[in-house]
Parts: sequence; C-alpha cells; structure tokens
Amino acid sequence: MAHIALPEGLPGISSGFAFRPETAKPMRELAHILLHGANSLAPAERELIATYVSTQNDCYFCQTSHGAAAAAHLGSGELVKQVKTDFQSSQVSPKLKALLAIAGKVQQGGKNVTSGDVEHARSLGATDLEIHDTVLIAAAFCMYNRYVDGLGTWQPHDESMYAQMGEHLAKQGYRTPSIAQPEPALK
Amino acid sequence: MPYIALHEGVTGIRAAMAFRPETAGPLNDLAETLLHAPHTIPPGERELIATYVSYLNDCYFCQTIHGFIAAASLDGDEELVKRVKADFQHASISDKLKALLVIASKVQKGGKHVTAEDVEHARSLGATDLEIHDAVLIAAAFCMYNRYVDGLGTWQPHDDAMYRERGKRVAREGHVTVSKEYLPANAFVDAVAK
Repeated sequence: MAHIALPEGLPGISSGFAFRPETAKPMRELAHILLHGANSLAPAERELIATYVSTQNDCYFCQTSHGAAAAAHLGSGELVKQVKTDFQSSQVSPKLKALLAIAGKVQQGGKNVTSGDVEHARSLGATDLEIHDTVLIAAAFCMYNRYVDGLGTWQPHDESMYAQMGEHLAKQGYRTPSIAQPEPALK
Repeated sequence: MPYIALHEGVTGIRAAMAFRPETAGPLNDLAETLLHAPHTIPPGERELIATYVSYLNDCYFCQTIHGFIAAASLDGDEELVKRVKADFQHASISDKLKALLVIASKVQKGGKHVTAEDVEHARSLGATDLEIHDAVLIAAAFCMYNRYVDGLGTWQPHDDAMYRERGKRVAREGHVTVSKEYLPANAFVDAVAK
C-alpha cells in the first residue's frame, strides 16, 4: 500500500509522476539529459551507473527498470547482472569501473569521493564532463530511489513489464511515460 | 579544490550548474516548484525541511544557504533555523511540521525507513497527501543536491554575510530568477521560447 493516494495501476515512479505533474516535468527532463542525451558516455554505460546506484540503495523498481534499459541498449542482460553483483570483475571498461567506483562513493555521501578516485578515472580517459555526469547520475538516483521507496509505491515483480519499459526508455528516453497510463475513470 | 575544472570564485552548486547549464535547468525548476512556488506549506517551512536534510547530510553549502533562505522567509528568525537543526522536536514550529521533518529524516536515511505510522501521524496533525508527497520529495531531492555539491568538491566559503544576503534574494525572487546571476545567458533561450 502506498503511503498516500497515488493513482492505481501505475508502478514505481510513474505513480509519483502522475500524482504531481509539476515536479514530474523537471525530474523527467533531468533523467532524459543525463541518461538519454548526447554524451561521450554511451547510454548503456550511463544506465549501468543508474542501475548500480539503485542496487546499492536497494530500490527494486529503479534497479530493475534501469537494468532493463541497459540490457535493451546492450542486447543482453548478462553484463547488467555482473555489474550489479561485482562490477570490478565484470566485462566493462576500466574507465567505466573507475566511474562506477566514484558513483558508489557518491551513493554513500558526497564527501566520500577523493581526488585519488577522480585522478584514477582521468588517467583512464574520463573527461571532466563524464566525471561530472557520473557524480550527478549517482546523486540523482539517490533522489529517485528515495522518492520511489519513500512513498511506498507499488513495485510489481513482473519481468515482462520491466523489459517493455526498458525497450521504451532505451528508444524514447524519459520525456514521455514509459508505461501505458490507465484509462480515465468513466464519469 | 574542486575535482573538475569548475569556474573559479563561484560557490557550491552554482559552480557545478555553470559547468553544465543543461542539467542546471531542471535542477533549478525542481527546486523552484518544491520550495518557492505557491503551496499550502509556507516557503519558510519548506526551506526548513531542505535545511534540516542538508544538515543531516553534512553539506555545509546547502544547509547554510537554505538556512538563510528559511530565515529570510521567517521574519529573519535565524535562531529558529539553528534550533530546528539542533533539535527540531523542541523548536517553536507546528506539530505538523515536526511530523513532516520526521518523515524527511527517514527519507534521508533511505526511502524504506518511512513507515505507515509516520505518515498517519503527519496526517492526524493535518498534513495532506500533497504535503506528505512534497516532504518526501524535498528530502529526496536534497539527498541529490547535497551529494552533487560535495561529490564534486565545490568551493564552500564560510561567509555568513554572503549567504545571508543571497538568502534574502532567493527568498524574494526564487531559485530560477537568481540562477541568472551565475548561468550563461543562453541557458534561458528555451525557457523564453516556451
């Protein structure tokens, strides 16, 4: 049961967005720029960062939907599983591992990031913009995850639903709903 | 020293936003809607929630600037802001706001810490669903802003006079208007076109 009267039939963040369109707009726009906009980091890499942070925050809806988006970009969910379990032993690039390490520090708290972490990422080719966006993706998912769980949203365990959402997010991005909106009640 | 090449002499989140105006747009729009736009919770009380969460996250820049925005919205009552940070249960604020601060502090630890009882308690003191929603989202959003400011190692000078003046301006004009001071002018082309 959600803590407040959220629209029924909408999972996770979709219900918060439908409840409060005024805040949904900038939240969608931020996700769109960070995860779907043009960037030297591939969309799959940015979705992996979002998925990893959401896993660290134990948010089922976010880690599953963004994991599905990453899998849709990559054509397989195998790498997503590896990154969630132990990214250091996964098949991602050393640069992405260094960015995931920074994201993991941000998840614990901004002050945990050290100049050594940033220098390491830079030595592996990360640009200032990529480091900035990694910090902001990790920080933003500390918001989205808390929003989704803090409202007690409905988070069904339904793999096909998340797979569909992931396809939509990978193709269309975040400006429009990734899930069918319920029919308005008949008056 | 900031970890990346931010503009020198620009403080806290302003430096990060000036570095990346594309993300600054929605970040400022969200703050404006949550903290400054018309609402059943007065701006001063919403800024107190932002200040308290930033204090729990130990973000100097955010707790200081939002503390001064709160004070400016509360007839300059800087003592009340200090009191809320130190021990809000004994501060001169409404019971409803105390219940919303409890929810915000749970969100700061993690969304799953919020219980149905926390929410029922706030509701029994008159909180509406929208107010509970916004308390959750303000707390969640400051878990983002705080990490953004500290995670980039931004410059956060200790200068109360500067934050006090800025706080008065933001309380009066809002987050989006004041952001024109530090964002490049072309960041507003889209907003004007709409």
